[in-house]
Amino acid sequence: MDLLVNPTESSLLRFTTAGSVDDGKSTLIGRLLYDSKSIFEDQLLAVEESSKRRGDAHVNLALLTDGLRAEREQGITIDVAYRYFATPKRKFIIADTPGHIQYTRNMVTGASTADLAIILIDARLGVIEQTMRHTYLASLLRIGHIVLAVNKMDLVNFDQAVYDKIVGDFQAFAKGLDNLPQVTPIPMSALNGDNVVDKSDSTPWYTGPSLLQHLETVQVHAETAADEARFAVQWVIRPISDRTDAKLGNLHDYRGFAGRMASGTFRMGDDVLVYPSAMKSKITGIHTYEGPQPETTPQLSYSITVADEIDTSRGGMIVKANEPAQTSQEFDAMICWFADKKTLKPRGRFHLRHTTNDVRAVVTDVLYKVNISTLEKSAENKEFALNDIGCIRIRTASPIFFDSYTKNRTTGSFVLVDEQTNNTVAAGMILKSLGDSEDFEDPGSSI
Amino acid sequence: MSAITHLQFLESEAIYILRETAAQFQKPALLFSGGKDSIVMAWLARKAFYPSKLPFPLLHVDTGHNFPEAMEYRDWFVQEIGATLTVGLVQKSIDDGRVQEEKGHNASRNKLQTVTLLDTIEEHQYDACLGGGRRDEEKARAKERFFSHRDEFGQWDPKNQRPELWNIFNGRKHFGEHFRVFPLSNWTEMDIWQYIRQENIPLPSLYFSHQRKIIERHGQLLDASTGIIPLLDEEKPKVKEMTIRFRTVGDATCTGAVESTASTIDEIVAEVAAARQTERGTRADDKRSETAMEDRKKEGYF
Repeated sequence: MDLLVNPTESSLLRFTTAGSVDDGKSTLIGRLLYDSKSIFEDQLLAVEESSKRRGDAHVNLALLTDGLRAEREQGITIDVAYRYFATPKRKFIIADTPGHIQYTRNMVTGASTADLAIILIDARLGVIEQTMRHTYLASLLRIGHIVLAVNKMDLVNFDQAVYDKIVGDFQAFAKGLDNLPQVTPIPMSALNGDNVVDKSDSTPWYTGPSLLQHLETVQVHAETAADEARFAVQWVIRPISDRTDAKLGNLHDYRGFAGRMASGTFRMGDDVLVYPSAMKSKITGIHTYEGPQPETTPQLSYSITVADEIDTSRGGMIVKANEPAQTSQEFDAMICWFADKKTLKPRGRFHLRHTTNDVRAVVTDVLYKVNISTLEKSAENKEFALNDIGCIRIRTASPIFFDSYTKNRTTGSFVLVDEQTNNTVAAGMILKSLGDSEDFEDPGSSI
Repeated sequence: MSAITHLQFLESEAIYILRETAAQFQKPALLFSGGKDSIVMAWLARKAFYPSKLPFPLLHVDTGHNFPEAMEYRDWFVQEIGATLTVGLVQKSIDDGRVQEEKGHNASRNKLQTVTLLDTIEEHQYDACLGGGRRDEEKARAKERFFSHRDEFGQWDPKNQRPELWNIFNGRKHFGEHFRVFPLSNWTEMDIWQYIRQENIPLPSLYFSHQRKIIERHGQLLDASTGIIPLLDEEKPKVKEMTIRFRTVGDATCTGAVESTASTIDEIVAEVAAARQTERGTRADDKRSETAMEDRKKEGYF
């Protein structure tokens, strides 16, 4: 395979993989890396030597990603590992999330930056509780695309009836989810390479693409220019200099808001609102090191200047005047709790980090927890332990500017930070604001 | 509208991290070795804060075992991007009795750098050091965070890392702790070379094919022209003139060369694409044990 990716054309696809312990996830990733020539000779040699020393029957490709001493000693994967490979069509970043005890935490972390999730199923076992959990998490994190990898088809004689039943069971379950993802089922055998890189002769009844063909061509919903424009201010660029810059002129009064376009587009002259004050202004400059630009592109970084002397700095946000963000000190959110030594309870206090903002926050209520195996909601136990998922109500010390997570993954997400240890203890996805009267419901609030 | 290219994505992500670092910390520094990764990182820092100058200095931990070309380049580059330079000298750590020089003909100052780095961090009270490490480099790095916490002894605890979600990076810390920040985490060696080509970034001449006196030791091609690596008597007759280039540039005692005729960026990109060895395959420091990198990182290595 030619590895000379054309850097001017190839785009990036980020995906995550989920499966139970023996679904063949490591084998699948190993095969993608190996067949795309992304494993080097010295890496393979090192893995072969380690496998031999450990007495493994065959080369254990998991050792490629399990690099930490404790992992190698205990034969487990501790943490999300990121792997990279490329084909002439695309570059790929895999977030490989291990099972075991911190599974939910790891999958939520890997899924937060993924465009697509590969969910592995053992064809002999079919859709099991784990499958539903993985699918629920993918939909909660709003991953738009799922590949249902029905693996180990060689062990069921590549029987179409087995495959069809699994796909049917899965689709029946997935219908009940919010944020219904697009599902692409593929029958495969990662061990033998059937339908991984090339189409297999063993599944003549399957007319779809191989896994790699699908990954290379799938259109993911990247942030597009048509979305509402959102630009969080990271840093204010003030040269404080009388230098004259070749591209930008005299810098004496230069005051640029540095940030990354989360979504949407600004053009020169656009009417905007600048938070926290929500004052109106106009875009007067869109700058990169390459010079002034006529407009912004989603996901790229800029320094933006506006017409008026407006008081904003890190934590502020610029949006189009006719597309305001929500502003509130109180909102409901789904969270996943990450700490293993502490729990979350009503009245718990945290630092809340949202876009480039950092504010004090208090949990005013726990509305329910979700049993992610049955998807049942319950408010009986209001304490979150490691890996628990549920809905909480939060009040912040000052207003934040946001969208619901369903609408915008960047401005709708946050993390909670423990006040004593400074550790990141929860991931949050905003459901709705309580500050806005038309959004207000649920009079049963405890405050 | 067409999607952005992977290089645009990686550039923007790195700029985002560099700006987060400037904003979240009181006194950051950018670790600059004169190697291609730190060159790309400093190049991105210039873009991130344009039209301002870099809001942090470049920090070079100098083992004293430098290729002269790398030092020349360092001084030129610092001028070129209008940065300031701080240097931490391993020789000073040795003179002050903080570290002991390794003995034997395989001696390297690579490991000693950790003490000099931590001393320099303390002396200048840097609370974040930007490093050019990439996750594709080495298996212990594959699980490294963008914002990597270090305790007050400069140690890394791989089992207790903060989860990083979306593009939210948590740089909160207690007094005396610091962070290592890796803006190039998601870049591969190929991405670095393609970006150097796209941006036309000048590099030290060591990266391009040249003639050099070389001694082969434990399967590695080491420099025998500068005199930095002491040769055993029986090695002296084995020194050969070879056509080589370096895939990484660091401390001269542990930087291995590869035979190569690649003398332009395009030729290097083609060579990297065809390579069947990782670039760290040429690094003697990683060959000491299976978890050599993890062990050094836990102590506070880059």
